[in-house]
Amino acid sequence: MDFTDFAMQVASAIDNFTNYVSQKFGAVFDFISAIILGINDPLTAALNFVPAWLVIVIAVIGGFAAGRLPLALLGGLGLAFILAMNLWSAAMVTFSLVLTAALISLAIGIPLGTLIAESKRMNAVFEPILDFMQTMPAFVLLVPAVFFFGVGVVPGVVATIFFAMPLPIRLTAHGLKMVEPEVIEAGEAFGASRMTILFFIKLPLAFKSIMAGVNQCIMMSLSMVIIASMIGAGGLGDEIIRSISRLQVGRGVEAGLVVVILAILIDRFTRRISQKIDPTA
Amino acid sequence: MESSELAIEIRDLYKLYGPKPEAALGHIRSRSMRPEDSGHFVALNNVNLAIEPGKICVIMGLSGSGKSTLLRCINRLIDPTGGQIFIQGHEITHASTKELRRIRSSKISMVFQHFALLPHMTVLDNVAFGLRIAGISRKERRDRAAHALELVGLSGWNDRKPSNLSGGMRQRVGLARALVMDTPVLLMDEPFSALDPLIREEMQQELLRLQNTLNKTIVFVTHDPNEAATLGNRIAILLKGEVVQYGRPLDIVISPANDYVRDFVRGINVFNVLSAGQIVDPARPPVVLTGTSVTSLPISRSTAGPVAVTDGTGRILGVVEKTASLGASAADWQSALSQDYIRIAPDQLVAPFLEELSRNGRPLVVVRDDDSLVGVVTGSSVLKALAANSGVKSKCEEARQQPESKSAMAAEQRAG
Repeated sequence: MDFTDFAMQVASAIDNFTNYVSQKFGAVFDFISAIILGINDPLTAALNFVPAWLVIVIAVIGGFAAGRLPLALLGGLGLAFILAMNLWSAAMVTFSLVLTAALISLAIGIPLGTLIAESKRMNAVFEPILDFMQTMPAFVLLVPAVFFFGVGVVPGVVATIFFAMPLPIRLTAHGLKMVEPEVIEAGEAFGASRMTILFFIKLPLAFKSIMAGVNQCIMMSLSMVIIASMIGAGGLGDEIIRSISRLQVGRGVEAGLVVVILAILIDRFTRRISQKIDPTA
Repeated sequence: MESSELAIEIRDLYKLYGPKPEAALGHIRSRSMRPEDSGHFVALNNVNLAIEPGKICVIMGLSGSGKSTLLRCINRLIDPTGGQIFIQGHEITHASTKELRRIRSSKISMVFQHFALLPHMTVLDNVAFGLRIAGISRKERRDRAAHALELVGLSGWNDRKPSNLSGGMRQRVGLARALVMDTPVLLMDEPFSALDPLIREEMQQELLRLQNTLNKTIVFVTHDPNEAATLGNRIAILLKGEVVQYGRPLDIVISPANDYVRDFVRGINVFNVLSAGQIVDPARPPVVLTGTSVTSLPISRSTAGPVAVTDGTGRILGVVEKTASLGASAADWQSALSQDYIRIAPDQLVAPFLEELSRNGRPLVVVRDDDSLVGVVTGSSVLKALAANSGVKSKCEEARQQPESKSAMAAEQRAG
């Protein structure tokens, strides 16, 4: 029996399906594109419009407000290093891609996580889907993204959203399920409705877990946005791919370091800020 | 309707956990199946309880005996599988979700074992939480919450977070949160068991002090027999979901229904439960003095010791110490009347007066607030109660063992 034939049939069936979908639901994809570009383009423009020194000053002040001297130093020195590496505008493009993808992931992920925590049926439906999304290798996500959205920023962000969304969903649901049953009972015993309990008891008490999801979502977005440079998302990933193809090791490491610094900055800042605004603290 | 007089009435309540609770309940009710063969966990098995308004009913049992389940059935945090529950005569077992929310915010409030305070709200907001749900205006609920906090001795802590408070203080907040709702019924789920022993006793006294003025119907779950004895007007003892005994603390201590109850109450300090009205001496009926005649003379006046003297309406006139020398002349009795006695209310604990009784022989006369006499506590009636508690039962008592001892019942009737 010839399996090559079978494999070709599967591939062509998938091709047919995606073809059909992209033609039939073109409007939907246009809509998604519009949303992504509607967020990303102004963001990129704004980040590149603001002079670098002003961003650094803001980071220092913000760092001091959220985490005193260590965070202020980290913010100031980290961004100064990026500026010194002459990778400022690439970093801003990457940062805006991260923000766009993370924003959309969280806007979908947190409500979905809430739904999963509240409904056993939704949990049963989404559990395997989430497993699938989480085990899918990052690169594989690029293929359908390119197919439906071509190359450029939009497929990059779409692939990133798929990659970054499962964790905030899971951590939101986990945080809600972990709320002490006695506290929920207290709400019920005083006549609170399900919605009241959700918004006044469960969500505030799940805050830590939800914010861990936010943090992870942003971090995963950053790693995926770099990979998405392969399909033309742009930013720091472009620098890395370019230096790989030109065998410029030094330049590649520089860009890699900037990614690491960006990651550390985003991680520390989101953590400190979420500690700062934690209602249960 | 009889149930309207009761604060809470529970009839034939069942709670089963398992694959098909309703079907299994049908079999158990029709007696075609024993609960333990039903393949279900029977958390509550045919529970019947009547709780009078203004009383503290303690539900006691080992862990897993179903006491928390029973408590949660009363405000339907847990839905019973079968049976009925009436709150002030209104059945709540079939109330709709909306009705239930109204009942919960207006009739029943609850205090939790681990306090269940909301850590993200201030103490005041925690107390006001129920009022907020009930849609009370911000100003009113803050005023009422502040007042409730004052009531439990926590004014000045309004703007702190619960995490700044000690365990005892947190439970005071939990109590204030329940009291502020102004509900007739208060459910308390082992509220003091997470506290240090000293703080626990303090909270028990605090609860009794509050109950003096508030007169709520309290259902109190505990596994501590002494706590049950200290607080309870009635105690229900649960074993594997069944009420094995329901009665006054002293009755349960003196005549436990079975060995399980006996083991349970062995730890109770009998002086915690011995109230004066329960142990008046049946061999010492009062002498009634009306105008010029003496009625109901002691049958055997040779038994030395004081008797109480009442007028025709049962009001106390005084005591007579030495009755042997007195005849049937009213004047003799009148002149022998003495006011040298210790007056004590029927529900007062007798323990603090025992030393006085033994040392000086001053009679302990149990009198209600309206001066009507209940009886006289004597050394022998105290001893009798202690003997019954010691667990060593005389042969004749074993022969007439009943769930409730007759003398205790008689005493109860007299105590009203």
